[in-house]
Amino acid sequence: MANIGVYIELKGDLFKKSNREALGLAKKSGKDVYAVLFSNTPEKYTDELKGIKKIICVKGSDLTYNPALYADTLANIITQFDLTYFVGICSAQGKDLFPRVSAKIENASLLNDCVAVDIDNNRFTKPVYAGKLLSQFVIEEGFRMATLRPNIFQAEPVSGDVPEIVEFQPVSKEDKSRIVEVIKSASKKIDLTEAEIIVSGGRAMKAKENFNIIEDLAALLNAGVGASRAAVDAGFASHDMQVGQTGKVVNPKLYIACGISGAIQHFVGMKTSKIIVAINKDPEAPIFKKADYGIVGDLFKVVPLLTEELKSRM
Amino acid sequence: MNIYVCIKQVPDTEAVLQVKDGNRINEDNIKWIISPYDEYAIEEGLKLKEKQAGSTLTLITLGPARAESALRSGLAMGVENAIHIETPEIMDHKNVARALANAIKQDPNFGVVFTGKQAIDDDSYLTPIYLSEFLGVPVATNVISFSLEGDKVLVEREIDEAAKEKIEMQIPCVVAVTKGINTPRYASLMGIMKSKKIPIKKFTLAEVGITELKNRIKTEKLFSPPEKPQGKIIPGESETAVKELVTLLKEEARVL
Ligand SMILES: Cc1cc2nc3c(=O)[nH]c(=O)nc-3n(C[C@H](O)[C@H](O)[C@H](O)COP(=O)(O)OP(=O)(O)OC[C@H]3O[C@@H](n4cnc5c(N)ncnc54)[C@H](O)[C@@H]3O)c2cc1C
Ligand SMILES: Nc1ncnc2c1ncn2[C@@H]1O[C@H](COP(=O)(O)O)[C@@H](O)[C@H]1O
Repeated sequence: MANIGVYIELKGDLFKKSNREALGLAKKSGKDVYAVLFSNTPEKYTDELKGIKKIICVKGSDLTYNPALYADTLANIITQFDLTYFVGICSAQGKDLFPRVSAKIENASLLNDCVAVDIDNNRFTKPVYAGKLLSQFVIEEGFRMATLRPNIFQAEPVSGDVPEIVEFQPVSKEDKSRIVEVIKSASKKIDLTEAEIIVSGGRAMKAKENFNIIEDLAALLNAGVGASRAAVDAGFASHDMQVGQTGKVVNPKLYIACGISGAIQHFVGMKTSKIIVAINKDPEAPIFKKADYGIVGDLFKVVPLLTEELKSRM
Repeated sequence: MNIYVCIKQVPDTEAVLQVKDGNRINEDNIKWIISPYDEYAIEEGLKLKEKQAGSTLTLITLGPARAESALRSGLAMGVENAIHIETPEIMDHKNVARALANAIKQDPNFGVVFTGKQAIDDDSYLTPIYLSEFLGVPVATNVISFSLEGDKVLVEREIDEAAKEKIEMQIPCVVAVTKGINTPRYASLMGIMKSKKIPIKKFTLAEVGITELKNRIKTEKLFSPPEKPQGKIIPGESETAVKELVTLLKEEARVL
């Protein structure tokens, strides 16, 4: 019997919504779905996990993400439950964890950041060259793993029976590395790679303080705040805000680019956004060729107007 | 300590790419560069070497003959050794990492191995972790700061939006760096002159223990994503344009 495992990523206690996309893919495969999570309170998540075969729940005294412990434990679960596939989200954690699991299983192959997976035929499609091209891969044999780019796959509606919960002990091998400290961010920034809406500022912002007009608009829309590399290099924005080939690749449903020219290295980082809006004072700016909607104008005027207009119509 | 930096040669970020034979890119007229994250790795390697008297720094790449120019550019930044595993073969990431690991392991005194967090051609995020497994040493990915603390290294890695994690690792180890860790230096004229004369150590796949190449992952098809149709510029003064934009976003695009 073919089984597929889905790694459920929790953020603190929170069930990340992209998990539903990985579950959607697994359920559609027709295989028995096993959700794997690290939590001492799995009951909290049974509603989200209805209709699958089993919840494999790893319990322990300290379940903060520890790459070595997580990877060893997952590799054990995969063998013990005879899983043939393993999928999860291509998040910061997914990108660290999945390769570690794949490394530990001799016949495992992994493709990160997939935008299409055909489980019946073992075909995986992912963007390459920063999304200038798409590549379809086949994993010909062995154990197959994939992480999925957020906001691409269909999340199936949750329905069916509440699955059985099976407990699993974490496996911790002696390790040569140790987490000394986790430094939480003071700000409540929205994760750009998962954000539904992003407002970004470019070199035209001129100063760090000016980003407050972008932040006001973003706060209203519950959006993440992004930046071009020119804005980051000039010190207007922190580097974790950079969108593009050497920054983050994002796919929100709405991306609002303010004072960004639309250089190829920026574009490849946000081109899969469902709707792109450009605000730029130069009608010839390349960003307008790529945007769904454009406004030619001074962003210092247009952005606050937009915020006001949205406020009045919410 | 003997420090290693893994670098990969990739097409320039501006390059316009065409598909050849259905599953690879046409390499004619492409300008090649060192993958940008690997430049941060080189800089971090140089800084560590400068701090640690008696240490050596070696660049290593796996790739076809053209990849030698990436090593030369790296050497020009002030590095003194380079290894080229020269092969025209297409290899999946486990095989690439196995070859790199075997080459590095030939030096029993290897210490810190720096890599980029991802190569910007296949964006796979796999090699550093596979490399660490094959070397049998710990690894930290997404590293934004690095320091040596006695006989250990201390790194900070980005784990989430602006959240970080401090990790202590024994040496030897693999450190995959991201943007923001440093500002890579430019090659000096002297560096460029000097680098031309540095002999590059060449390995064949067989010399790094890969005699039979079996790729589990194969590229079947490479293709362009569908193009978006040209969008519309909303005419009029800012005040009216903004009103129209909100209407379009709500009613036509339905994203608000
Ligand atoms: C290897 C490499 C990697 C790179 N990676 C990235 C990356 O990951 N991300 C990235 O973004 N870039 C990246 N770049 C840089 C990229 O090539 C561009 O230089 C950069 O994106 C430009 O940023 P910008 O659009 O903010 O600035 P500019 O190109 O200077 O554009 C500013 C725009 O603002 C408009 N403007 C000015 N004032 C106003 C105003 N008051 N109101 C409205 N509009 C105004 C101008 O008309 C102009 O179009 C990379 C480059 C290289 C070589
Ligand atoms: N062929 C290669 N030769 C040397 N280093 C490589 C090679 N491929 C990948 N790397 C290293 O591994 C990092 C991550 O690459 P990737 O796993 O392909 O995203 C790169 O930034 C390089 O440091």
